[in-house]
Amino acid sequence: MIPLHWYLWLSAVVFMVGVAGFLTRRNIIIMFMSIELMLNAVNMSLVSFSRYLNDMRGQVLVFFIIAVAAAEAAIGLGIIIALFRNKVTAHVDEANEMKG
Amino acid sequence: MISAFRRTRRFSGGNRMLAEGIFIYLAAAITILSVLVITRKNPVHSVITMLVLFFHIAALYVTLNAEFLAAVQVIVYAGAILVLFLFVILLLNLKEEAVARRYVGPWPLGLMAALGLFLAVVVSLNSFVAGPAGSFTNEVIKAETNTKVLGKILFTEYLYPFEVVSIVLLVAIIGAIVLAKKRLRS
Repeated sequence: MIPLHWYLWLSAVVFMVGVAGFLTRRNIIIMFMSIELMLNAVNMSLVSFSRYLNDMRGQVLVFFIIAVAAAEAAIGLGIIIALFRNKVTAHVDEANEMKG
Repeated sequence: MISAFRRTRRFSGGNRMLAEGIFIYLAAAITILSVLVITRKNPVHSVITMLVLFFHIAALYVTLNAEFLAAVQVIVYAGAILVLFLFVILLLNLKEEAVARRYVGPWPLGLMAALGLFLAVVVSLNSFVAGPAGSFTNEVIKAETNTKVLGKILFTEYLYPFEVVSIVLLVAIIGAIVLAKKRLRS
């Protein structure tokens, strides 16, 4: 069987890519996709834990995470549309009204 | 380490090599595709790359004996969330985004922060100690199928969180409608 560490490494790499994408890009849609990447990285490690520890609870948790991710995507994209209606941009640095 | 990590008899020899080869292919594809997702200039290209990435993640779930989650990954992520992304890009008409600069502001700082987090995770992986193994071994799941076992736990032990998730989804539906509505009549 493949060692559990391989899966955890893969998960860490994908999570790192997600964090890097969120911090370096300023296009709000790409930033949202980076969040989805991070959620998927965590899902991968949870499923591998579930497999290697013979426990189904990890998969139940992944099920809930996917449901919350769907809700988050719907709300987030609604916010993007509302932002675009006011500012006509997908660039998050343009939305700086709250800046003192 | 503990008995859960021992090499099972079925995976000896050629089978083990095949499993490792499949994992290495999937890991390489997932890594490259996720890097492509965050570096594409055009958001549509990012979404298409992410579609391929989600299919590879679903294949990884299949190798981990999580068939139900593989199906959910394809249906919910690839089928619903990414289509939602595509629709929003369609609605926004991001012509000027395609010629704008990709990385703005202090992006090397963000990259360094991500690398630091990665190093912290990798260092802490070395001190990882697995907890006690549960009772859902391969044989138990094989006798009852993955979906049935998952459903039994979901509707007994996790019934209350399951109901809470339904409320979360209801709030998301109402919130999306309210946010995307043109103007609230007051």
